Amino acid sequence: MAIKVRVMDRPVEQVSYVRATLSGLAHTFKHLVDPHKVTTQYPEETEALSKRWRGTHRMLTNEDGKAKCVGCGLCPTVCPANCIKLVPGEDEQGNRFPLVFEIDEFRCIFCGYCQEVCPEEAIHMGRHYENAELTREGFVYDLERLTAQTHPVSELWDPADPSGE
Amino acid sequence: MGPMLMTPITDNNTAFVIASAIKVLMFFGVYLVTVALLTLAERKVSAWIQDRHGPNRVGPGGLLQPVADGVKNFMKEELSPGAGNSVLFTLAPAIAFCTAMVSWAVIPFAAPLPTPWGVVNLSIADLPVGFIFTLAISSLGVFGITLAGWASNNKYSLLGGLRSSAQMISYEISMGLSIIPILLLAGNVTMSSIIQQQQAGGWNVLNLSVAFLTFLISAFAETNRLPFDLPEAESELVAGYHTEYSSMKFSMFFIAEFANMLTASGMMATLFLGGWDIPFTSWDNGGDPSVLKTVLTLLSFALKAGFFLFLYMWIRWTLPRFRYDQLMSLGWRFLLPLSLGYIVLIASVLLALQALGITAGPMQTGVLLVLNIAVLVLVFVVFDRGRLVNPTTSKMSAAEMLRLRMQDRDEIAGAAAARPEPGMGD
Repeated sequence: MAIKVRVMDRPVEQVSYVRATLSGLAHTFKHLVDPHKVTTQYPEETEALSKRWRGTHRMLTNEDGKAKCVGCGLCPTVCPANCIKLVPGEDEQGNRFPLVFEIDEFRCIFCGYCQEVCPEEAIHMGRHYENAELTREGFVYDLERLTAQTHPVSELWDPADPSGE
Repeated sequence: MGPMLMTPITDNNTAFVIASAIKVLMFFGVYLVTVALLTLAERKVSAWIQDRHGPNRVGPGGLLQPVADGVKNFMKEELSPGAGNSVLFTLAPAIAFCTAMVSWAVIPFAAPLPTPWGVVNLSIADLPVGFIFTLAISSLGVFGITLAGWASNNKYSLLGGLRSSAQMISYEISMGLSIIPILLLAGNVTMSSIIQQQQAGGWNVLNLSVAFLTFLISAFAETNRLPFDLPEAESELVAGYHTEYSSMKFSMFFIAEFANMLTASGMMATLFLGGWDIPFTSWDNGGDPSVLKTVLTLLSFALKAGFFLFLYMWIRWTLPRFRYDQLMSLGWRFLLPLSLGYIVLIASVLLALQALGITAGPMQTGVLLVLNIAVLVLVFVVFDRGRLVNPTTSKMSAAEMLRLRMQDRDEIAGAAAARPEPGMGD
């Protein structure tokens, strides 16, 4: 089969390549001397995150420094990635608390259902993204680590704009 | 230190040998450092043009980036293609590198320097063959690229090598021809006499603007820089002739490219912008050589060469690459006739001026300048817009164009009609 060549309609008589080149040079020179550069100098500057950003989790604590979690088991149930491991316990006064609470952040799909479903507002998504670890095991966050996180938590939705518009 | 001798250092053989050795060593060091900084400058200019900051992590403002790059290249594994020709594969970057290093040799970069042992000419070698040496050596550089393409045993490399040989040979002709008007003015090929001619009769960029333009374009093509970087066109040939090269061998090609750029800039500064001449003054031209003169003229030369280096980068990050046939048509159909015609024009005008008794000076420059402006207007206004300066479409009569368009349209319509209706019967 022969190769077909499409001949484009090109207004040869109206086009000056010399002038186009010169105007192109003027354009690039304008950008060259323009002091405004778009790069964010990352480790020194960071871009602000959205309030609805869903990053690695954080467990909130009550006044005496214990996790708010009551071990109800809603979050492992709702979790579509099955990444939350919860073993509930109960003390002598009948207060429920998690014996084991682990989130495998590698399995997590950051959907935010756990935060939405939590009746105690204990587990939260975090507004955070610097998560580098040296081992895969490092990404399994236990209760101690989840409560020790300090970064701000996600709002999931803006109360003033609940439908996210 | 004795008193400064005002005789040429060539009178004293021992001093000449020692001075030459020192010059070569110092120059080699400065040249390589400049080349290294050029790689940084290239990245910085590209970044600024694209509204970025460019490399700024290593050293103050990224100044040590070339060192980091160099260390990286030294540490990298060196691969060579199994089915390639390993001798030529090793030889090719060496050829490219050596020719790039040697080709600067004749370009004087400052006024002569007085020393206690005599006056030292500040070019590596003030050869009687002058710029012909640079032309000859730079055309040897094509061997490095072509051999690299051949020895890699890779289709992309081979295509890159072939393209580079065709391109270099085509543009060498117009490059050589665009220098001939300078010969007519200077009457000599040595760089020092060309600089003297420009000190006396005005810069050649005014005397011979058209030759400057053709030389500039050819120099871009000779150094494989955009918009003429077809030998390494990364969108079609991976990386062209150096696809298979890694580590320091790749680096050699890179250094060679930047060194060639530097040489071409030095050549343009010397041939057309008066070399180390400081404009609007004459005290640097005559009289006894002094250290101050040397330093100031060196600065002047560096500024001129730097301007061309910047121009190289500026154009690289502005213009897209030519198509191969456009490249050839620009070289053979536009630059070659233009530079040939310009030689005839300048020769006859100089003959006429000589008959009228006008020699080098403001009068001659004025006449030539008016002439140049006329030719440039002719080329860029009258012949522009598809009449002559039109490298991007091939020449085709209007009737032929119409016929092709109609044929194309009919075939598309025919193909659409012949296509079976979808979703019927299966």
